[in-house]
Amino acid sequence: MSTLLNIFGRTPRARRKAFWGLALIAPNTIGLLVFFGIPVLVAFGLSFFEWNGIRAPEFTGLDNFTRIFRDPLFGRALANTLTLALLVVPLNMALALGAAVLLNQRLPLRNLFRTIYFLPVVTSTVAASVVWIWIFQPRLGLIGIVPGLGTLQWLTRPELVLIPIAAVTIWQRVGFDMILFLAGLQNVPRALHEAAVIDGANSRQRFFNITLPMLSPTTFLILTLNFISVFQIFDQVYIMTQRTTPGGVSGSATTLTFLLYQTGFTRSEFGYASAIALALFVIVLSITVIQLRLQRRWVFYESEAG
Amino acid sequence: MAAQAINAKEQNSAAPFDHISIGIKVVSYAILIVGAFFMILPFLWMASTACKPNAELAVSPIRFFPENPSCLEVAGQLYEQSPNFNRYLLNSFIVTVARTVGQLITCSLAAYGFARYKFPGRSALFAISLGLLIVPFQAILIPEFILIKSLGLRNTFGAIIIPGVFSAFALFLLRQAFMQIPIELEEAAEIDGANPLQILWRITLPLSIPAIAAFAVITIQAAWNDFLFPLVVANTTDTRVVTIGIALLQGQRDTPYNLIMMGSLIATLPMLALFVMLQRYFIEGVAQSGLRR
Repeated sequence: MSTLLNIFGRTPRARRKAFWGLALIAPNTIGLLVFFGIPVLVAFGLSFFEWNGIRAPEFTGLDNFTRIFRDPLFGRALANTLTLALLVVPLNMALALGAAVLLNQRLPLRNLFRTIYFLPVVTSTVAASVVWIWIFQPRLGLIGIVPGLGTLQWLTRPELVLIPIAAVTIWQRVGFDMILFLAGLQNVPRALHEAAVIDGANSRQRFFNITLPMLSPTTFLILTLNFISVFQIFDQVYIMTQRTTPGGVSGSATTLTFLLYQTGFTRSEFGYASAIALALFVIVLSITVIQLRLQRRWVFYESEAG
Repeated sequence: MAAQAINAKEQNSAAPFDHISIGIKVVSYAILIVGAFFMILPFLWMASTACKPNAELAVSPIRFFPENPSCLEVAGQLYEQSPNFNRYLLNSFIVTVARTVGQLITCSLAAYGFARYKFPGRSALFAISLGLLIVPFQAILIPEFILIKSLGLRNTFGAIIIPGVFSAFALFLLRQAFMQIPIELEEAAEIDGANPLQILWRITLPLSIPAIAAFAVITIQAAWNDFLFPLVVANTTDTRVVTIGIALLQGQRDTPYNLIMMGSLIATLPMLALFVMLQRYFIEGVAQSGLRR
């Protein structure tokens, strides 16, 4: 008995503290395992079965995974998600970096601008999406003030529908990334800029030769977070296409997460939906791994400057 | 404490130039004002549409401002069309408060345990907790739904609240904050005979208020705006949250847009007000949440 107790500490006081520690972490740790840890394992297991939630699950081996590669809807959803990434990520990051650089200057009223740019972030995506539907409404929407854009059927034309979805996504994301860029900019040592000024560098040279390289860890982080968040886009698609055709005409607005939802909850194919979920997880994980790998090669750290 | 740190840092290194030439100033303001205009425009369009009578919705060319502002009439029509809209707001409020308070309890206990106590398996359990951050919630939506259903929680408040009470992100954030507090303060209280819960409540938590505020506003915002999970596990009148209420309005093809905009406006105002009041904590929370990966 005493040897068993020794795992928790050598003295009675150390043992008492160990028990307190375990008691303190127990609620959150058990909750995390039950509601997040175990579901990960269940999702993995379910992806080998066919199950509609009513009949007994039927083991089908790798069928769900081979189906992913044959399913034209999955291919469509992947292509749509990648298109959204192309529409959202570069523009969003450029705007966020621009706003951060401008607002990193000691300008009067800069806090007011930061507040304004951040307002869409605290708005729900559902509310934001209905507003942007009304902006992109043919003939009646705000978009009509730009000549030629007001008559387009933005939400029902398959080749256009991703644009309003990207627009609302960028509107809601710029302020968030601006704050991350600002935090990164504040870590650029002032001394580097001062030294460069003494050496006669102008502000453009300082931006490209000091600020951008020193900012590269932040930029990489934001790039990764951006890609991951695009792969999780759901609310916008649900709201913006529910009145016409859920997921867009012939799946033109279906993202991976929307396909996962539709497969699981509209068609009750829990097994196949779990395989899609696993694919989503693998993609998100790969983005993180690629980021970590590339970061080692491309990102400039101050400590290497030496 | 952390929010002050970011402000202090700003004093030291923020602006590379102390003296900004007038040309750069003018160009900066011009760009910032154009940007601000585009960020605010959708809010104005929402508010303006919410106050337009039905007759003014379908006029071409579009009107920026309603000719006959009828905010109250539109609000009245909204509650005719969706009689339970206030109930949905109340449900969102209940869920938001319960999730935030619950998370504060479970996560501050756990953060305190991980920060200050030695026990077998400590680093493994902490690593597992943080490792769960990499799993996108959407990827476990199906098993989560099955779990909620088999626990008999479907279409109850428990379904939306309970999984939201546990958090790896809050654990990480609060542990960071607790570890910055001088341990001598806690040791002194221990010698005076205080138990760990008393120390946490009387010393550690009061000294971590900025971090708690940052975590709270981020949690409140996420809970109030949550859509996919409530949609899947709790979609009856009694438990429906306001984001689903808006989606229902939008889903009925005959709902005019002024009602939808009025609903969105009502649902958005509490978050905008909270943000304007507690801005620095929001920004601190976001800066921290970016660091979590």
